[in-house]
Amino acid sequence: MISIRGLTVRAGSFQLQDVTLEVPTGGCAALMGKTGSGKTTLLEAVTGLKPIISGTIVLDGVDVTRRKPAERSIGYVPQDGALFAGMSVRDQLAFALTIRRRSRQEIDARVGELAAMLEITDLLNRTTVGLSGGERQRVALGRALAFHPQTLCLDEPLSALDDLTRSQMYRLLLQVRQQTHVTTLHVTHSLAEAHQLADQVYRIENGQVTAAD
Amino acid sequence: MSKDKPTSIESAGPRYRVASDVPFYLCLGTIGGVYVLLIVGLLLADVAYVVGSERAPDAVQSQWAKDHPQWAWLADNPIARALAKREIRYSIKLSLASCTVTTILSLWVAVPIGYLLSRHQFPGRNLMDAILDIPIALPPLVIGLSLLILFQFAPRWLREAVVFQIPSVILAQFMVACAFAVRTMRATFDEIDSRREQVALTLGCTRAQAFSRVVLPEAQRGMLTAATLAWARSLGEFGPLLVFAGATRNKTEVLSTTVFLELSIGDLEAAVAVSLIMVLAAVIVLVIARVWGSHHLSI
Repeated sequence: MISIRGLTVRAGSFQLQDVTLEVPTGGCAALMGKTGSGKTTLLEAVTGLKPIISGTIVLDGVDVTRRKPAERSIGYVPQDGALFAGMSVRDQLAFALTIRRRSRQEIDARVGELAAMLEITDLLNRTTVGLSGGERQRVALGRALAFHPQTLCLDEPLSALDDLTRSQMYRLLLQVRQQTHVTTLHVTHSLAEAHQLADQVYRIENGQVTAAD
Repeated sequence: MSKDKPTSIESAGPRYRVASDVPFYLCLGTIGGVYVLLIVGLLLADVAYVVGSERAPDAVQSQWAKDHPQWAWLADNPIARALAKREIRYSIKLSLASCTVTTILSLWVAVPIGYLLSRHQFPGRNLMDAILDIPIALPPLVIGLSLLILFQFAPRWLREAVVFQIPSVILAQFMVACAFAVRTMRATFDEIDSRREQVALTLGCTRAQAFSRVVLPEAQRGMLTAATLAWARSLGEFGPLLVFAGATRNKTEVLSTTVFLELSIGDLEAAVAVSLIMVLAAVIVLVIARVWGSHHLSI
């Protein structure tokens, strides 16, 4: 469950004021708004990448407001995937578990499981060079899910994809939610995407977040 | 009939024909070409001077040279004669060693400073940025003189251990080379998307782990460029060395000071030969930077 109360965060010349929203465990909330309205800023505040001025962020009953990004158990997928250059797809998927010093067996098993779920098994030994937009986003999603996060933050993950790939990703994201029961905060520009994937839709406008009808 | 009747494209075509771009590119090519020719010309002149120089009258020919007269120039040419001198061999060794140590030190300093300047806002950042440009902007002689004066305030044991000794060669080279390495590393980190580091933080990395596992591997090409640039700068350093390290043969003499010393005793041939050795080293460094270094950073 994601519970944000009275969150105020500055981003350049404007600030998000008194943001309050709640996403039930396993649910998905879409955040919509114009370019520069502060959608990414809110996501960064939730992940702990941007310091906040006031408010609280509670994830699954734990107040993580003062915790570092690494201690929040959030899987984060930025717009372009931000894959690590020069690393194989296998190493990208294994990254979070390698950092946690898990055993080789456990890592291999989890990487195989993720690759099968995201249909990227044939890409495991490739580097990120030459991957298509859809493949990059699948790898980024797998990397974010590898350590079984309780929350998933997706920042316009489908915006750069063609229609066919996007519809494939809709199916995949719904499947991932069904299998992992991860609570998701999904930033998007597309109303169709929000209606397809989210249980609730929030709009950001003039620094305020409101529940859309 | 209306006056504003539009003119057909066919009839307008010849009147509005776009002028040829050839004169424009010819002009750019001529201006650029003159400079390129000048660079190539001065290198070729050095080579021609060395190749065209006469054999030493008192040269002792080896048996191999006597048996193969067509290859005798390999053993008897200005570069070979320069390499036969003990003090020049010493200056080559000292140059290679001091440039390598300077490069390692420069990278040790340039990587953290470049990363800090690229990624973080902190009090005094702009001042620090400006100070780091001083070694690039200052006349080299002034850097040498300033180092000399700085060490007048140092304890006597330190002054005697450094000034006009081998450490002074490294310090004088480091002062300038490091500034260029810092600029290169900063540009390198600017080009690396900070979002990847942020993702690494959410995946469980500490700042140090995100830096070492995600940023540094991506910065490798930039580091190679910074290293080659620092190495090449160190090799060409002369002014600060002359003032701060002196030009004592078999002690603080490096290749650039060898050229100066050989010129001062009137041995132009040896000076040109040593210059060609430096040109060769610079070309090797350039090739390394071009082939394996970052293609986005200039050397």
